[in-house]
Amino acid sequence: MSHSDTHVVILGAGHAGGTAAALLRQYGHEGPITLVGEEPIPPYQRPPLSKAWLKGEADAESLALKPLEFYAEHGIDFRPNTRATKLAREAKQVTLSTGEVLTYDFLIIATGARAIKLPVEGAHLDGLLELRTAADAEILKATIGPGKRLAVIGGGYIGLEAAASGRALGAEVVVIEREPRLLARVACEELSTFFLDYHRRHDVTFELGATVAGFEGENGRVTGVKLADGRVIACDAALIGVGAAPNDEIAKEAGLETARGIVVDLEARTADRSIFAIGDVAHRPMPIYDRMFRMESVPNALEQAKQAASAIVGRAPPPGEVPWQWSDQYDLKLQIAGYAFDVDRILLRGDPANAKFAVFHLKGDQIQSVEAINSPPEFMMGKLLIANRKPVDLDKLADPSVSMKEVAA
Amino acid sequence: MAKITYVEHDGTEHAIDVKTGLTVMEGAVKNNIPGIDADCGGACACATCHVYVDGEWLAKTGAKSAMEDSMLDFAENVEPNSRLSCQIKVSDELDGLVVRLPESQH
Repeated sequence: MSHSDTHVVILGAGHAGGTAAALLRQYGHEGPITLVGEEPIPPYQRPPLSKAWLKGEADAESLALKPLEFYAEHGIDFRPNTRATKLAREAKQVTLSTGEVLTYDFLIIATGARAIKLPVEGAHLDGLLELRTAADAEILKATIGPGKRLAVIGGGYIGLEAAASGRALGAEVVVIEREPRLLARVACEELSTFFLDYHRRHDVTFELGATVAGFEGENGRVTGVKLADGRVIACDAALIGVGAAPNDEIAKEAGLETARGIVVDLEARTADRSIFAIGDVAHRPMPIYDRMFRMESVPNALEQAKQAASAIVGRAPPPGEVPWQWSDQYDLKLQIAGYAFDVDRILLRGDPANAKFAVFHLKGDQIQSVEAINSPPEFMMGKLLIANRKPVDLDKLADPSVSMKEVAA
Repeated sequence: MAKITYVEHDGTEHAIDVKTGLTVMEGAVKNNIPGIDADCGGACACATCHVYVDGEWLAKTGAKSAMEDSMLDFAENVEPNSRLSCQIKVSDELDGLVVRLPESQH
C-alpha cells in the first residue's frame, strides 16, 4: 500500500488519466492525487463523440466519466486548462503551463495522441475539422445538418462513423480515401467492400484512390477539397481523420525511451521506476502477439490505468486482456478483437448480404483477430480463442451452423 | 431518483441514489463502485458491466434485447438473473433495486 504522503501526478485527463485517478482511490491510495488536463472539462468518454453523441442520443452528462464533484469528494486535485511543459526526472518535478512546479512520487503520463494534420495548401481554413475532443465534436455537430455537405478525409473507422452520423443528421457526405479501398490498413477486402456498399446504400458517396492536394476556400472558409487529379469536391466542412500521433514529447525531452509512443512494461512503467505511461501515448508489450505496439482504444486505456494504479498501490496486476474495440454505424455493431499480425489467411463466417458475419484473421490454425458484424458470439468466443492461443478447426469455424461454443470446445 | 444497492462479490454494499434516466451501469461508474468495469461505456459491446438482479426486481428491470442476450451467453458465471447493467434504465419504479456483482468481469 502506498503511503498517505505519496503524491501521484497524472498528466492528461482523458479516459486513461481519469480512470487511473479513480482507480487509485478505489484501490486504497490515500496520498494526494493531482490530475492535470488540457481541456476545460473533467474526463469524459470519447467513443460516443462520433456516434451516439453526434447524433444527439447522448448528452454531456452521460459522456462524463464521473461528475465534477467526484474529484473534490475523493481528494483528487483536478486542474483543467493546464498542461505540463517540462519534466525534470532527477528532481521528480513537472512544470505546468501555469508556471507552477509539482513534485511527484509517481508520475503517470496519459497525454494521449493528437490528430495528424494534412500538410497541404489551405489547411488553415475554417471549416476544416478534426474529431478528438468534445470541443471538436461540438463544432462538427454545429457545422453539419440538412443541406450541408461534409467531406470526410480518411476512410477509417472514425471517418466512417462520422459519415454515418452525418447522414443521420441529414447532411450530404462524401468520403475521400487515398487507398483504393476503405479501412485498408485495418481490415480485409470483404469488410471494405461490405462497408462501402452499406454506406452507399445510405447515400454516402466515395472518392477512393484519391489524394488530397489542398483545400479551397472563400472568405477564410473551406468550400472544397482539391484532389491531386485536379478535381475539386465541394463541401461546407471537411473532417480530417487520417490517424493520430502520440503526445510523447515531454517524455522524449526528459530522456525516456520512446518508439511509436513512450516505451513501458506490463506494469505500464517506464525504465524510470517512478514514471508510468498509459493509453494512446504508450508503446506497450502485448505478450499474446510477442511484440510491442501502441493502441488507440478505450479498453487499452482502462487496462493500462489498472496496471499503473495496481503497481503504485502494490496490488496484484490485472489479468492480461485481448485488445478489442468497437464501432457503431447505422444499425451495424462492429466488434473487433485482436490485431491481424502475421496473418496468412482470412476466413469468412456468415453472409455479408445479411449484415451478419465475421471475418477471422488466421495464422495457421490460430485466430489472430476477428471482426464481427452484428455477431456477438463470434466476437466473444473469438476473443477467448485469441487469448488462449488455442488452435481451431477451420472447417467448423467456416460453418455458421456449428455454434461458436462448439468451435471453441 | 432511485436508491440502488450494489453488492460487491465480497458482500460489501453500496446504496446509491441514482438519477432517473441514467443506467444502472452509469450509476455505478459515476460513484466509483468497484466491480463494474463498463469498458465500452454502455454500447452493449463488451459484457463488463454484468450484474445479477435480485429475484423480485427481475420483472421490473424489463426484458433483455437479443444483443444483450447474445453477449451474456458468452460472459463468465452467467445465471438466469444475469443482466448487463448498461441496458437497465433507472426509473422511479426501480427505487430499492438490489444488484449483485460477479467475482470478476472477465
